[in-house]
Amino acid sequence: MSALLELRGVTKIFGGLVAVEDVGFDVVAGQVMGLIGPNGAGKTTTFNLITGNYRVSRGTIAFEGRPLTSLRTNRIVRLGVARTFQNIRLFQQLTALENVLAGRHCRTSAGLLGALLRTPGQRREERAAVARAIAELDFVGLPGRALDLAKNLAYGDQRRLEIARALASEPKLLVLDEPAGGMNEQETDQLVGLIGRIKARGITVLLIEHDMTLVMRACDQIVVLEYGKKIAEGPPAAIQRDRRVIEAYLGTEEAT
Amino acid sequence: MNRRLLVGYLVAAVALILAPRFLDAYQVDVLNSVGLYVLLALSLNLILGDAGLFNMGQAAFYAVGAYTAAILNTRLGVPMLWAMPVSGLLAAIFAVIVARPVVHLRGDYLLVVTIGLGEIVRIALVNDVFGVTGGANGIFGIARPFLFGHKIRTPDEFLYLIWGFVAVTVFLFHRLEESRFGRALTFLREDAVAAEGSGIDTTRYRLMAFALGAAWAGMTGSIYAAKMTIISPESFSFWESVVVFLMVILGGSGSIPGVMVGAAIVVIMPEIFRDLATARMLVFGLVMMVMMVVRPQGLLPWRAPRFRAGDVPRDLPRPEAAP
Repeated sequence: MSALLELRGVTKIFGGLVAVEDVGFDVVAGQVMGLIGPNGAGKTTTFNLITGNYRVSRGTIAFEGRPLTSLRTNRIVRLGVARTFQNIRLFQQLTALENVLAGRHCRTSAGLLGALLRTPGQRREERAAVARAIAELDFVGLPGRALDLAKNLAYGDQRRLEIARALASEPKLLVLDEPAGGMNEQETDQLVGLIGRIKARGITVLLIEHDMTLVMRACDQIVVLEYGKKIAEGPPAAIQRDRRVIEAYLGTEEAT
Repeated sequence: MNRRLLVGYLVAAVALILAPRFLDAYQVDVLNSVGLYVLLALSLNLILGDAGLFNMGQAAFYAVGAYTAAILNTRLGVPMLWAMPVSGLLAAIFAVIVARPVVHLRGDYLLVVTIGLGEIVRIALVNDVFGVTGGANGIFGIARPFLFGHKIRTPDEFLYLIWGFVAVTVFLFHRLEESRFGRALTFLREDAVAAEGSGIDTTRYRLMAFALGAAWAGMTGSIYAAKMTIISPESFSFWESVVVFLMVILGGSGSIPGVMVGAAIVVIMPEIFRDLATARMLVFGLVMMVMMVVRPQGLLPWRAPRFRAGDVPRDLPRPEAAP
């Protein structure tokens, strides 16, 4: 049980606002970890720090022992950290297949000359990339949708397509920002199954989610944030009983 | 490639091959002008249409290419067609150097910077930088190009040279569109944050788009220099950048046949309305405005779909089985 991702004393300050303060936790390889907390607790900010969309103000983030804090997002993806976005960011005007090929980009290498000369190596690579992309679409439950435009997919399917795009980059750690957002009960059930199958592939998952039934069913370990600080950490059963967590979600008696 | 598009290209190619039989020297010269602008529009389309980077300084790269070839030819006696790749390379290097610090800027800001770039280049040429550009007078006495030992001199001969290069360009750019490189540019245009988040080095691809677009504009500049035998800073004014920008937007940003149609219309229309004298630019301007209101996506926004049903394989091993 080694930590794949380590956050230590991570702090992010926007102007005068401390969005994330001294947060530290480990994401253990092979597990599904949930990051929960009320709105504005700093969950998405933490994700953006991990994926390099923001720079940490203080603290360290290490992936497989390697600091991520000064790397650009595309380098972090290459190292094996792929993400989805809270407010779905697909390439809406492109097909599902092309969207997934975006994730394939960093694992392929054909350049300008390969494209212009269309060398045998380039063509082989293209075929393999398409095959892998189709396989990922099947995996997330979008078989036969490869040539549909992303914008024409149902909301839940768009979320799945984003996961397929992330998976195509062969991540070791998959970071999902509210994957069940906007999904109905049945779709959420399927998502829990999908997360299980992602875990079975040996991919570690870190997710933000508001749907507590999903969090409790899918996660092995949970970290709770409130006002940018970590207030609890543990397995789902312990988190459900934690007094501070209950207070954070329901409010204290004095406050109500 | 789409069959209808291929037929369109073939018809256009046959028409151009036969054009000198039916057109007078003036009309052929207009076609040559169309060809040069098609090349410029295609070069800008890589930057503006494919990668979505607002560049209104394309004339700068055109100028670098033209002056490189002219200087190499008049001072060192390098044949014009040999100078062409050097023009492209130098324009690309120049583009990377000037674009590197500004390439992360958002659309409108980048636009302002590139306008400044175009003006800096033009003024530098007027001021005779390094003492080799000939100042406001420019460079004259540029030699005619030789192709396979044949001197290219008449408008008809230039027609074949210019449009031959257009054909090569269209062929290569369609290949580019359908490649990993072309896709990366599309992702960049559609959503740069999502592209970076998918593992694409967006800074690198922005620079590559600039480099390649500049290289093509530079090579086109060398052909222009060979055709005119005289070049001066006036030929590379801000207006040139604006016109090329217009061609891309008017024709259909990102669409290879679209920007070619755009270039043809912008060059030919003022020629047709020549009888209207000064009013022709008014007509031209009005047509532009109506176009943008009625058809903002451009005249021919068509892009080839990258994948069809035949490209999607069936019966694949599922990723669980993969290591």
